[in-house]
Amino acid sequence: MSDQVSITGSFPVKRGLAEMLKGGVIMDVVTPEQAKIAEDAGACAVMALERVPADIRRDGGVSRMSDPEMIEGIQAAVSIPVMAKARIGHFVEAQVLEALGVDFVDESEVLTPADEAHHIDKYKFAVPFVCGATNLGEALRRISEGAALIRSKGEAGTGNVVEAVRHLRSIMGDIRKIGQADSAELFQWAKQLQAPLPLVQEIAETGKLPVPVFCAGGLATPADAALAMQLGAEAVFVGSGIFKSDEPARRAAAIVEATTHFNDASILAKVSRGLGAPMTGIGMDEINQRYAERGW
Amino acid sequence: MQVPTIGVLALQGAFQSHQQRLAELGAPTRQIRTPADLVGIDALVMPGGESTTMSKLLVTSGLFEPIAARIVDGMPVFGTCAGMILLATEVLDGRPDQLSFGAIDITVQRNGYGRQLDSFETEISMPAFGDDAAPFHGVFIRAPKVVRLGVGVEVLAEHDGVPVILRQRAITVASFHPELANDHRLHAQFLNSFTRIPSHAETS
Repeated sequence: MSDQVSITGSFPVKRGLAEMLKGGVIMDVVTPEQAKIAEDAGACAVMALERVPADIRRDGGVSRMSDPEMIEGIQAAVSIPVMAKARIGHFVEAQVLEALGVDFVDESEVLTPADEAHHIDKYKFAVPFVCGATNLGEALRRISEGAALIRSKGEAGTGNVVEAVRHLRSIMGDIRKIGQADSAELFQWAKQLQAPLPLVQEIAETGKLPVPVFCAGGLATPADAALAMQLGAEAVFVGSGIFKSDEPARRAAAIVEATTHFNDASILAKVSRGLGAPMTGIGMDEINQRYAERGW
Repeated sequence: MQVPTIGVLALQGAFQSHQQRLAELGAPTRQIRTPADLVGIDALVMPGGESTTMSKLLVTSGLFEPIAARIVDGMPVFGTCAGMILLATEVLDGRPDQLSFGAIDITVQRNGYGRQLDSFETEISMPAFGDDAAPFHGVFIRAPKVVRLGVGVEVLAEHDGVPVILRQRAITVASFHPELANDHRLHAQFLNSFTRIPSHAETS
């Protein structure tokens, strides 16, 4: 009996996976072995990439989509969702990732942008996209292009949470302000944010974005993850913070627990103990390339 | 009887959508993250999310044993997607260390409908709600597939011949996400299964 029509690749189906990742930790991994460690620790998804952002930052050069063989190796190693990164505007890398059957594409500023004016038209794909944003206007432009999930950008590969906090506060703060605006002020908000008016009106009505908001970029400790969650993030991405630390497996498990129990300081105190050294990290005045500035 | 409090397992996943649906029916909810949170709840919802993540957190939070004991005592539980996996007696394609409560006698295959590109939305016929009942809009996300039914498990709805809503005693499960649909019927049915207090939706 097949009288019921099934629709794949629709926006509700794309956003549905983003909803299921809420409250979880998505971890950057570069090998199947790391992916196993992440899954063992309780990651709700992994992000397959060739080098973690800290290494991209150190090595320089052009950073691209990962080798499909590596992505397939990670897909074979774990049963949780596998995400992978495409360069901003590089819709062919996204086509390749979709053909590989990845569960989410991250159109990411951590890779070297392929287009300095255009992002990918994400409505053309059945695979859902996550995009970074430093402020609400950027988030709404990505949503208008079809992104099913927004992550605050932070500054990847630094182990420094300050930019993640700045971007999350900017996005959440403006959502709160729009909630207080009257209908005439919404036109001004749309103009100021360079964002579509209907999306601004939707925020005024619902008090939130039409897709989930996660936090990324510089999170390195359980307390960092809980900070992002208390500031309103609905899940966290942790990149270099895990596999650039002394004891990745223990730190990963601790960050998973901290993300769930983000409001319980006694549990945070317990899981933060004895994790070995976190990644060293760098100050914002020590870096010569801010990835967060990529994206338009 | 007082208005019941529904616990919503809040370790990971789309628990807030369940809370929203239940709130719209006038049912107070409480997020469950530690054993202390379980005190005084009358029923529990296990949401969609990542079942392997929730399994880990059920152990680290100390929630697995007390929830298992409450299920044995007959506490009503409604599990969707990952929640269905957690409640099943047997899980295929899970992690070897993955825990489940064995509360409903079914075998489910994790991600049995495929990866995200195979995720889909569809209209599900609801004969359990009467012959003329409107279909239920079902969103299936990397959904578990029921591959074996035990004796005494009631099938409330099917999609393409495969059971997608099932019930055994106080346990109701769905392989899709009723919490993502703007349709309260399954949540209302769950509430009505253990309280006769009419919900707002029924009285209005």
